[in-house]
Amino acid sequence: MRVLFAVFSYELRRFSTYRVATAAGVFTNSVFGVINAMVLLAVFDAKPEINGYVAEDAVLQVFVAQAMIGPVAIFGPPLDLADRIRTGEIAVDLLRPVHPLLWWLAHDLGRAAFSLAFRSAPTFTVGLLVFALPPPAAPEQWAGFAAAILLATLVGFGLRYLYAISGFWLMDTRGVHATAWLLGTFASGMVLPLVLFPDAMAQVLRLLPFAALVQVPAEILMDKATLPGGTIAGGLAYQAAWAAALIAIGTLLTARATRKVVVQGG
Amino acid sequence: MPDLPAAAAHPAPADPIVDVRGLGRSFTVSEGPFLRRTRRTVHAVADVGFTVPRGAIVGYLGPNGAGKSTTMKMLTGILSPSSGTVRVAGLEPARQRTRLAARIGVVFGQRTTLWWDLPLRDSLALTRHLYHVPATDHARRLAELTELLELGPFLRTPVRQLSLGQRMRGDLTAALLHDPELLVLDEPTIGLDVVSKSTIREFLLKLNAERGTTILLTTHDLGDVERLCRRVMVIDHGRLAFDGDIAALRDSAPAPRTLVVDLAAPTAPITVAGARCVAVEGPRQWLELDANPAAVIAAVAAEHEVADLTLREPDIEEVVADLYRRPAGERGRITA
Repeated sequence: MRVLFAVFSYELRRFSTYRVATAAGVFTNSVFGVINAMVLLAVFDAKPEINGYVAEDAVLQVFVAQAMIGPVAIFGPPLDLADRIRTGEIAVDLLRPVHPLLWWLAHDLGRAAFSLAFRSAPTFTVGLLVFALPPPAAPEQWAGFAAAILLATLVGFGLRYLYAISGFWLMDTRGVHATAWLLGTFASGMVLPLVLFPDAMAQVLRLLPFAALVQVPAEILMDKATLPGGTIAGGLAYQAAWAAALIAIGTLLTARATRKVVVQGG
Repeated sequence: MPDLPAAAAHPAPADPIVDVRGLGRSFTVSEGPFLRRTRRTVHAVADVGFTVPRGAIVGYLGPNGAGKSTTMKMLTGILSPSSGTVRVAGLEPARQRTRLAARIGVVFGQRTTLWWDLPLRDSLALTRHLYHVPATDHARRLAELTELLELGPFLRTPVRQLSLGQRMRGDLTAALLHDPELLVLDEPTIGLDVVSKSTIREFLLKLNAERGTTILLTTHDLGDVERLCRRVMVIDHGRLAFDGDIAALRDSAPAPRTLVVDLAAPTAPITVAGARCVAVEGPRQWLELDANPAAVIAAVAAEHEVADLTLREPDIEEVVADLYRRPAGERGRITA
């Protein structure tokens, strides 16, 4: 445990050395959020209520989405693990007396924690101020949202871990990552809230893990009836189930990979 | 250099620290264009067997692609063997990788375990938690290694700003902070300058002499071998081509020894039994020996007025190059 905490704090510190990248992240997320919100405002101008969402809800979700980009890394970066498998650096990682999944989880949580504090919080605040949104008042919504962010981060890690270790079989994961980023963008509710999708499609997307990244955390913050089970607890359970499933699959595949591993490059 | 305390911290019981029997590893390689791809099995390592006693320094040599790194990966547990058995420190590496990790230190010269963007000391601090080393032991060993490897000036420097030589010393420290019984080095001096190489070699000798740490290293640098290894193993095409000490390696090669004779005055090429004159340059002559040098020297001295004599051993590089070049049929296994 101590070693994982140390890895977590080193990664947090490592990301704190990338100051320009962080500032650029806050800027682009905020600007893109404003543009995305304007488009949705135009949509809601034509139709004031869609599947339980009003204009303010849509704008709030846009900024939840922009805030989540960092911690869940929907658009990347891939875990460093992917590159280490490709170059054979993974050999060094396998020599450590720590399970690779836990090692990389500690890594990613360090990165996510930094991102949450220095990228998500400013971006979200910008959104609330620019659009003069009243933040939700109920403490259980905020508590639920905090838990949802953690679970979304675990789901994001679980997905990215699977993308990365596909490299043990595929030798190059760029195709997997490109497909995954595209799918993740739409299926998570990142650009358009899932309530705006045709009903049947939205129902399918709500079964996939991607909805746990943005759609469900946003609905938990707003305590929407569209949540799984219609409650905040239901939403959290859905996220937790996906996080557990992805991490279990990741553990299983890690065992298979390390048994048949071919470490590349001399 | 200061002394490493606790001499012979790793006593040398009779059982070997590395015990390899009939070890083999094959890979399936896909070749050719997409639709006409063919599969081929490559035997990277085939039927390799050796033991390494505790406290030894053994060099593992071979040309590129001979199976050196594959063997090292099986010894450290990151690759499972296709056949044969491996035991390292009494453990089965592929199945007990995590337990083995606490007993061995590994440095892959072309890779790093250090955190690229953080100061060196952070990566070194992590090993304490990684291997559950008590804080006082860790601090003491870090202080020793810092002094021996002269890490002081760059402990606070981010790893990405270190020179290759500094980084290698950092990696060695990271591999040794938990005081492993066996140190496995895969090309530890690759790309280093003469001074850095020498620092590392002297350090390794001291480590071996004073702590009894067993060292197994692969290298292409025969300077490493001559300075460090009492015993060498040569692997070629996945098979052990030689296992013995350096002198035996020299003897195994047909490269003859040369006697350089400085005569008082230039003369015709010397003819003596057991030697052949290969070059003449003024009063200096080169005789290639195929018999006992003492007899040849006595014969030359009896017939000529000799000003000086030098006996030249074949260069280890020539010996190894010759061994690598030998056709597979003749290679066989030479054990000394």
